[in-house]
Amino acid sequence: MNTIHDMGGMDGFGPIEPEENEPVFHHRWEGRVYALTRAVGPWGRGREWPSFRYTLESIPPVEYLSMSYYERWFRMMTTRLLVSGLISETELETGYPDPGTPRPELLPASNTGGPGAGLLDMDVPARFAPNDQVRARNLHPRGHTRQPRYVRGRQGTVVEDYGVYALQDTDEEGRRPLDRRPQHVYSVRFEARELWGERAAAGDAIYVDLWEDYMEPA
Amino acid sequence: MDESEGRPVDRRGFIRDAAVGAAAFATPGKLMAEQPESSHAHETGHGHGHDHDHDHQDVPPDIALRVRALESVLVEKGMVGSAALDQIVDTYENRIGPRNGAEVVARAWVDPAYRERLLADGTAAIGELGYLGGQGEHMKVVANTPEVHNLVVCTLCSCYPWPTLGLPPVWYKSAPFRARAVIEPRAVLSEFGLDVPEDVEVRVWDSTAEIRYLVLPERPAGTEDMTEEELAGIVSRDSMIGVARVEAPSGGDR
Repeated sequence: MNTIHDMGGMDGFGPIEPEENEPVFHHRWEGRVYALTRAVGPWGRGREWPSFRYTLESIPPVEYLSMSYYERWFRMMTTRLLVSGLISETELETGYPDPGTPRPELLPASNTGGPGAGLLDMDVPARFAPNDQVRARNLHPRGHTRQPRYVRGRQGTVVEDYGVYALQDTDEEGRRPLDRRPQHVYSVRFEARELWGERAAAGDAIYVDLWEDYMEPA
Repeated sequence: MDESEGRPVDRRGFIRDAAVGAAAFATPGKLMAEQPESSHAHETGHGHGHDHDHDHQDVPPDIALRVRALESVLVEKGMVGSAALDQIVDTYENRIGPRNGAEVVARAWVDPAYRERLLADGTAAIGELGYLGGQGEHMKVVANTPEVHNLVVCTLCSCYPWPTLGLPPVWYKSAPFRARAVIEPRAVLSEFGLDVPEDVEVRVWDSTAEIRYLVLPERPAGTEDMTEEELAGIVSRDSMIGVARVEAPSGGDR
């Protein structure tokens, strides 16, 4: 979706502000949000469980920018838990289980879930090869995509074939399409000036990892 | 929707209970031990109605409190265990961090065959040292040279190689870095105090898929006599993201 998370190339955010001796978590609650997000993962199996990235990206842009990183994670996690019915609004508000509601049970993995996010040991023909000239397709899906806006319509060179991965794009409600089409992912080199014109230094380059569906021959 | 209808306890009640077990702020296990009792006290004790001259509007919508409420309810529903949460936090606060990546870099500096394997197949070579795992299953290592300087970013989110570098610093996840690294990497590097000469090519790696990137910085001159372990000690997190060089230690002990 075309919203604020897709930040590459924007101006106006000001300087980068590194912090000396930064702690891993700045507040105790940040660590709890991180840990809870990971720990509740298995409960999403077999339930309606919106995609992690889609749910973060669905936070309205004004809110997204005003929230800290782990505030966004908290919103994302609670959204998932509410959508899946694992907790209720009242429970979230009060901190106590609704009386009389049965404890949820872990469900087996759905057999329609398809392959995971990692490298797949599958024999899928590769449409492209290193040194091929390619163009990032001009796609603007309403769901989650890993094709950043700044490469769309731009020409680049395939540098490496990283192997076969399932497409992580979602439909516009954050559910992954049932057909996650395992396909090759490539490292594609874009000359900085192809993306940013004269503002970029000649000779610099941006390397972007693209699923085959995002590409077409140039 | 009337949120107060049929609800056993409001947020203020939860806070009161939380305050009762004040020590629980430091030791979540204790909170969990006490929670059912407090909860019971609520059902039979104070119930509704009182204290509503200060209803929950005067309770700050504090994120720390909301997180505590969520953890508490998930624990009581049997969905998570506080000890398991403690362990996850401890892992990333104390066990997994940039020291792992520094070991990889130091090994590559002292062992040319390892360096070759690392650049050819980062996943396998990092796996030799045992540093693969969540958000670092598939690794690509890119080497800085006199001709090329590499910089890693995730413009869409915050992708970062957790097993080798730990969780990312706030600046890496921030809008300014995500926005600017791809359009003006040289200005970004300058802000970190790193001026890349014009004749050195800057390569920015945007981690858009499942591959995670680690920069292999150049070994600084003057470190020829250092051991692998000493070398690992001078490799900074920032040098493995690509926003710093590794400097030889200054001073008299060498």
